[in-house]
Amino acid sequence: MKSGSNLEKVLKAGHFAFTGELGPPRGCDVEEVREKAQHLKGNVDSVNITDNQTAMVRMSSWAASLLLLQEGLEPNFQMVCRDRNRLAMQADILGAYAHGIKNMLCLSGDHQMFGDHPLAKGVFDIDSIQLINMVKTMRDEGTFQSGAELHGAPKMFIGAASNPFADPFEWRVHRLAKKVNAGCDFIQTQCIYNMEKFREFIKQANDMGLTEKTYILAGVTPMKSVGMAKYMKNKVPGMDVPDEIIKRLQGAGKGKVADEGIKFACEQVEEFKEMKGVHGVHMMAIEWEHMVPEIAERAKVLPRPVMD
Amino acid sequence: MIVAKRKPFEEIKEMIKDYKKVLNVGCGTCVAVCLAGGEKEVAVLNAEIDMARKLDNNPIELGAQTVERQCDHEYLEELDGIVKDYDAIISMACGVGIQFLAERFPDIPVFPGVDTTGMSANQAVGWYEERCRSCGKCVLGMTAAICPVTMCAKGLYNGPCGGTNRGSCEIDSDQPCAWFRIYERLERQGRLDNIKVYTAPVEWNDQVPRTLIQPGYKKPEKAEES
Repeated sequence: MKSGSNLEKVLKAGHFAFTGELGPPRGCDVEEVREKAQHLKGNVDSVNITDNQTAMVRMSSWAASLLLLQEGLEPNFQMVCRDRNRLAMQADILGAYAHGIKNMLCLSGDHQMFGDHPLAKGVFDIDSIQLINMVKTMRDEGTFQSGAELHGAPKMFIGAASNPFADPFEWRVHRLAKKVNAGCDFIQTQCIYNMEKFREFIKQANDMGLTEKTYILAGVTPMKSVGMAKYMKNKVPGMDVPDEIIKRLQGAGKGKVADEGIKFACEQVEEFKEMKGVHGVHMMAIEWEHMVPEIAERAKVLPRPVMD
Repeated sequence: MIVAKRKPFEEIKEMIKDYKKVLNVGCGTCVAVCLAGGEKEVAVLNAEIDMARKLDNNPIELGAQTVERQCDHEYLEELDGIVKDYDAIISMACGVGIQFLAERFPDIPVFPGVDTTGMSANQAVGWYEERCRSCGKCVLGMTAAICPVTMCAKGLYNGPCGGTNRGSCEIDSDQPCAWFRIYERLERQGRLDNIKVYTAPVEWNDQVPRTLIQPGYKKPEKAEES
């Protein structure tokens, strides 16, 4: 065991993992976190806690992760390269681990211009792949990025993101390989809607032996509305939403679009369960945490395994 | 070359509002070429200031002088006999020139007439695109001569990120993705292996004021000692 986190145990035991996501509040409202957490408890193996997602200031990821630990859930502490330099990042990694956080997701981060402080200085002292390597070096070598010795190494289960759909498509599997070689233990992908392209991506990853070196969790976000699907297609960079998905949602009829969105998501989960090289699903029910129990039920991923 | 943009008029006017005799110094090199701070732009700014101050019933006496380069002692000499007649100076040089001018005349307030915006190439008349951030650790050999520090909005060394959008950057569909272009050019040259390997964190060399002494040269005082 690298970290002994619940997520690592679930994956190592060969179970099909199911992870969730929670966005910290835009303020100090602890109850908001606790309320969202209750919907996820028992329905997921680990919960990603976003780090100033879309460059909007929120309660810090590590702080919200601690609230989750108090609620008896396992957090997956997200860290972006946008807001801190390598000193602050390493300090937060040590602090997070000291308080019982055992999973990390290493990301570049959305550009600051998308957020509420668009002209803030973007740090990007290191990039996401360098961050993966830094956490691995801290864990396995017991040294800081500088090479100096650590007194107590953070035994993190190291995650990274992968977007199979951004251009150029041929490069995507090589970028995945770079992340695997840099030391990531698991991958959570961008939201998948184009299943055909994803099958091709996974085939490439299988052929390169990457899915034997890292666990792949396929990203799923149920569509709530036709408007959301169109927004994702046209406005979110690197997102691939085929027209047939939009047509399917449009055809669902009034008041039934969200249900059709969940139905499609569940069909995806069913296929991922059988797909060679996919080890689980990362369910990003954005501001829809209260629907996770129903989604998990309908996706037939319950009960979640209880690990020692 | 170094490019700059004229500061908003109101900002310049506010900076010099308490001074009655102001010398406006242009620079005849980079900022003249990029149409921001040469002889012509000095004349235009002075005309604006003169008119505005008359309207404010706060008349001003303005001087105009454009030197070849404000970043060179040799060319600043010609101002030595002139500046004593003024109680403030506007410099329309880049940030380097403004500071160098102020160092030479430490008793007189010097105000910037332009915002220096970077090191850019001339795409067409009046159109300049940034290409270098002078990081001090050039990686263009690896990246097919496309700078990820300048051209990637996140300055990534292991790009492209997941925000690449049909060849554009996530910040703007008009901004090409640097790493998409790096990929394309390396592929064309059969050199994709360059970026399949991990690039380690950069050792930033631009975090302290930098002094450059070329091989074979010394600082003047040291030269005297030897």
